[in-house]
Amino acid sequence: MDDPSKKSGFAPRKNVRSVLLVALALVLLAVLPQLAELFDQPAMVSLATRIVILAIAAASLNLALGYCGLVSFGHAAWYGIGGYVVGILYKHYVSGDPLFGLPLGTDQMLITLPVAILVSGLFAAVFGALSLRTSGVQFIMITLAFAQMIFFFFVALKAYGGDDGLIVRRRNILPLIDARDGATFYWVCLFIAIAWFALLRRIVGSRFGAVLAGVRQSERRMAAIGVSTYRYKLAVFVISGMGAGLAGALMANHARFVSPDMLHWTQSGEFMIMVILGGAGTLLGPAAGAAVLILLETQLAAFTEHWQVILGPLLVLMILFTRGGLSGLLKLLRGGSNG
Amino acid sequence: MGEPLLRVQRLFKSFGGVSATDDLSLDVLPGEIHALIGPNGAGKTTFIGQLMGEIEPDSGAMFFDGAGIGGLSTPKRVRRGIARTFQITQLLSDQTALDNVALAVQAGQGHSFRFLKSAANDFSLRSPAREYLDVAGLGGRADVRVSQLSHGERKQLELAVALATKPRLLLLDEPMAGLGASESRAMVAALKRMKGGISILLVEHDMDAVFALADRISVLVYGRIIASGAPADIQADAQVRAAYLGEGES
Repeated sequence: MDDPSKKSGFAPRKNVRSVLLVALALVLLAVLPQLAELFDQPAMVSLATRIVILAIAAASLNLALGYCGLVSFGHAAWYGIGGYVVGILYKHYVSGDPLFGLPLGTDQMLITLPVAILVSGLFAAVFGALSLRTSGVQFIMITLAFAQMIFFFFVALKAYGGDDGLIVRRRNILPLIDARDGATFYWVCLFIAIAWFALLRRIVGSRFGAVLAGVRQSERRMAAIGVSTYRYKLAVFVISGMGAGLAGALMANHARFVSPDMLHWTQSGEFMIMVILGGAGTLLGPAAGAAVLILLETQLAAFTEHWQVILGPLLVLMILFTRGGLSGLLKLLRGGSNG
Repeated sequence: MGEPLLRVQRLFKSFGGVSATDDLSLDVLPGEIHALIGPNGAGKTTFIGQLMGEIEPDSGAMFFDGAGIGGLSTPKRVRRGIARTFQITQLLSDQTALDNVALAVQAGQGHSFRFLKSAANDFSLRSPAREYLDVAGLGGRADVRVSQLSHGERKQLELAVALATKPRLLLLDEPMAGLGASESRAMVAALKRMKGGISILLVEHDMDAVFALADRISVLVYGRIIASGAPADIQADAQVRAAYLGEGES
């Protein structure tokens, strides 16, 4: 693919206007709960929390898909596993039943989030190690198949709610801050998202990131300069899975509910749409994609119950005509040249 | 005469009954330029693919610096000191010429599991990369994206990237193909500057370039070496003239 909007991690061009734009967006995001109060729109905070969390998941998928060219169609698996870690730990915390014979239940967010990240990373490592033996369409299908396997596993897992899922009656707690307050939890998610995006930015610009960009463009070339690509692909797959697990854990806290829906292939598809809509291989594209998709969904759903009939063609048109998603659109509007 | 750097013994490869490499034996001595010529479809690129481990031969043996390399993966062979250029360029087209070379330098410095430090500002990558671009005659175009480079410049970049892996043996797959007269001269000059240091197996159609550069020439027809020797002998060989040099060589 020869897509000019796919900027590499190399030598980020400092663009004063985009820095200002990002700064402005950050300020607006930071004061969003106050704005919601000002305009008497309390539902806005919850909606924004959802977008911020999904942006983390989409950005994680983008690291593998956009930067490394690994089209994973199973990222809902890591997202759902992250969510179930929170749900299962909470259930054991409430019931006091041992988990793996140990009193492991907890509602401490400082424990549940890292555990969710680790567990989803572990699963991503195992399934990635197998999936990455393939490439192209086979890789897409095998990641989808693995994710569906995990989906059906949780559907059948009656101990943890099966089809009905698990209710997390009260959100995980944090020391010193009241995460059960909606605005506070929003700020927690926003802070984590900013940290995650900052980390991704460093990764993309690093030596590791340079290898990812190389793998995306020509694996043959990478072999010819002496790089065994498999372990780099596995590493990026695991990092990507960990990010999705983090998002899932936050979503479980936000919705106070986890169910197999989080693991369903349509969720994987939605992450992909966010990435492609926003601009694959761009740092902030997935965040924009998440925001636009969720806002469109909620707006159209308020308008008609057949909102998907409108959303579908709209997405197709946007992707067809912007070439590179919203990031490409931004570039077109600015009259930016190639690059 | 020293031990050959590359020794290929009785290599066979066929694709569905069509023989692409037929009992091919050849060696490359340290510091020499060994040219491999032959008509289109003679199996030259297939041969390079087998030397690099991209294509598995049906039978035969390959030794590099005295050690067998059959069965080694491409990256492992590259790390031992074999590099190739591609006839159809295989470059990272979204990135600049310098990025392409810097990545090859990076690959030569060991693993790339470094996640936080910026690679774009890494002097230990950028500075050698610039030198390789200079050697290939592309120093002035370092910051141009590959997609904006001319065909000839991409060929030069192929050479710079291959050099950045610090090879002892360089397999050049038609480095002059599609180049204009002046670009061709620049490429010959660049290869001449390297002569004596890196051993080269040169696959090329441009006979002027071959006779200007090669110490030895082997002629490949239908996967088989029909003649091998000094340039003057090859030029005089009647069989070669009939099979190759004679047929409409412009």
